[in-house]
Amino acid sequence: MTSRAPAPGEAPVGFKVNARTQGRLLEVAGLRTRFRTPAGVVRAVDGVSLTLDRGRTLGIVGESGSGKSVLSRSIMGLLPRRNVVREGTIEFDGERIDTLADRRRRDLWGTQMAMVFQDPMTALNPVLKIGHQITEGLRFHLGLDRRTARQNALALLRSVGIPEPERRLGQYPHELSGGMRQRIMIAVALACGPRLLFADEPTTALDVTVQAQILDLLAAQQRERNMAMVLVTHDLGVVAGRADHIAVMYAGQIVEMAPATALFGDVQMPYTEALLRSIPRLDQPRARRLQAIPGRPPNLIAPPRGCRFAPRCPYARPDCHAEAPPLVESSPGHLYRCWYPVGGGAGTGGTAGNGGTGGTAGNGGNGSTGGI
Amino acid sequence: MAGTGTAHLRPASEALLRVEDLVVEFPAGRRKVHAVSGVSLDVRRGETLGLVGESGCGKSTTGRAIVQLPAPTAGHVRFDGADLARLSGKHLRRLRTRLQLVFQDPISSLNPRRKVRDILAEPLRIWGRGDRSEQDARVREALDAVGLDPEVALDKRPHQFSGGQCQRISIARALVMEPELIICDEPVSALDVSVQAQILNLLDELKARYDLTLVFIAHDLAVVRHVSSRVAVMYLGKVCEVGDPEVLYARPAHPYTAALLAAIPVPDPRVRPRDDHALGGDLPSPVDPPSGCRFRTRCPRAEQRCAAEEPRIRQVEADQYVACHFPLTG
Repeated sequence: MTSRAPAPGEAPVGFKVNARTQGRLLEVAGLRTRFRTPAGVVRAVDGVSLTLDRGRTLGIVGESGSGKSVLSRSIMGLLPRRNVVREGTIEFDGERIDTLADRRRRDLWGTQMAMVFQDPMTALNPVLKIGHQITEGLRFHLGLDRRTARQNALALLRSVGIPEPERRLGQYPHELSGGMRQRIMIAVALACGPRLLFADEPTTALDVTVQAQILDLLAAQQRERNMAMVLVTHDLGVVAGRADHIAVMYAGQIVEMAPATALFGDVQMPYTEALLRSIPRLDQPRARRLQAIPGRPPNLIAPPRGCRFAPRCPYARPDCHAEAPPLVESSPGHLYRCWYPVGGGAGTGGTAGNGGTGGTAGNGGNGSTGGI
Repeated sequence: MAGTGTAHLRPASEALLRVEDLVVEFPAGRRKVHAVSGVSLDVRRGETLGLVGESGCGKSTTGRAIVQLPAPTAGHVRFDGADLARLSGKHLRRLRTRLQLVFQDPISSLNPRRKVRDILAEPLRIWGRGDRSEQDARVREALDAVGLDPEVALDKRPHQFSGGQCQRISIARALVMEPELIICDEPVSALDVSVQAQILNLLDELKARYDLTLVFIAHDLAVVRHVSSRVAVMYLGKVCEVGDPEVLYARPAHPYTAALLAAIPVPDPRVRPRDDHALGGDLPSPVDPPSGCRFRTRCPRAEQRCAAEEPRIRQVEADQYVACHFPLTG
């Protein structure tokens, strides 16, 4: 974006630099995260397995309540201990991190993995100056002295495209625009040179023009640092040109996962197809009606017995409601979870014509008027 | 300034709502925030006007100034012949029942302590429309129209609903007064894409069913395209371009419209994000807006003339008007 200052965070003082630039960085197997609540146990993440290689980008897509944010927080270990039940294994760079004690886990944060949150206004501390918030990690994790940390912070601000960085260090978050604040969040996350960056809806609160700027910035920083990224969003359009792999989540599970081109070129899961069709697009003729997904995601305290998407699926047949489909492979690396995949590209519904919701679900079947 | 002028307005007799040279300024210490600076717009009965721009461009302020919340610093707002800016007190309040607002954040725009029944019935009670049972019937009809089951919804409170459902309740609240014009201020920006489509379709349905005229405010041109019969693009308190959506999207004349279009992500990995029209930088401060064309500081085509002289809105095609010295077409 702007002048390439001496890449900040690129290990000014000795932190372990892994020379390898390829190979597996993250491996998650059978991850389950449940919350105990007065109303019952919420299965927010229900058996997710995924892998991510160094320097690559995984897009995680789903509606609110699909478990996509809880998934990234579970991997990073940001969830509280109380009333949270965990299962499954998480390996980072060949090491189990799900069993780490809190103290050891803190050593991972910042230097190994970091997170950019959706809302920079609430994620940044409103009563601390920008400079303090950027240098905090540098001093705590990397043990830099005040002066060096400040130098690094300036270089960071320049690299994320912030004009007048000296002045910004003395400002508070409320003095900056939304896009600027998100750049600060990114600078904070990148400060200690993480090898894995979680970006949790980093652009949802921003204008489209600023969204494009921030996504470009993330991509540039990622390339420069050979950093892996998990990009979480509800908009398939955001990840389309920017992720190597895409995982679509629904009701706490991955329902389709594939390399980006395979996912868009050969949709298997009706839910993915529905998500794609609900995006208003400029490159297609203006339809009077958008194709909405009727109803809303299921209650995760008592998810449907069969396929979790069946109550909203236009292709659902009676057996979809009876038995849950397993995650199967259609082509190497392309996984989906459906008894009657749509196949043959986004445009055609392979098993279309079943219409309605199979009559077993409480959700409205009408395109625009999803019921309560 | 990116755009003063009224070349794009149609004859006053045709418009249900006609905004002329609207100016809204807020005090900021000893200086002034120039939120809206000479905006003119009109909407015919039955039309949907899409009002688009980035945060801070004054689109919401324009929407609110139309209903005199707060009253504009200068300019005229003519609704069905009457100038709202000249009316006061009782007359304004009475006329304003024919205009309603739907806000962006559906959860914070509903009172969390009140039941849906009371939220919807309040305007009817204030205006004494019908007796209890008629009011109840009206509330039920409105809920039904937005796709909520009155039996289930009436006695719940807003927190018991999802964001999309709260937006439906807000729309129902706007409907109970049987308005002629609804101003929707970013009604879908806070919602998931899948729910966005539900709400957009719902608005389209209601418009036909109740013969409504809509002003639809959004920051996303893609969203507006589906619902609008006319689109106006705003930048820093000024109108840049107005036109028929088909024309405006196919051949944007203003560099800013082109930048907004280029920024929309395409859900297809084969389409590389475009940077030919990409916008750098941030919106300048509305306290001290740039001279001449307000967009010039971020415009790839800006020349000296743009700093010296403000472009006025002029026609470039049958239904396309632009305020730019060096438009991309025309």
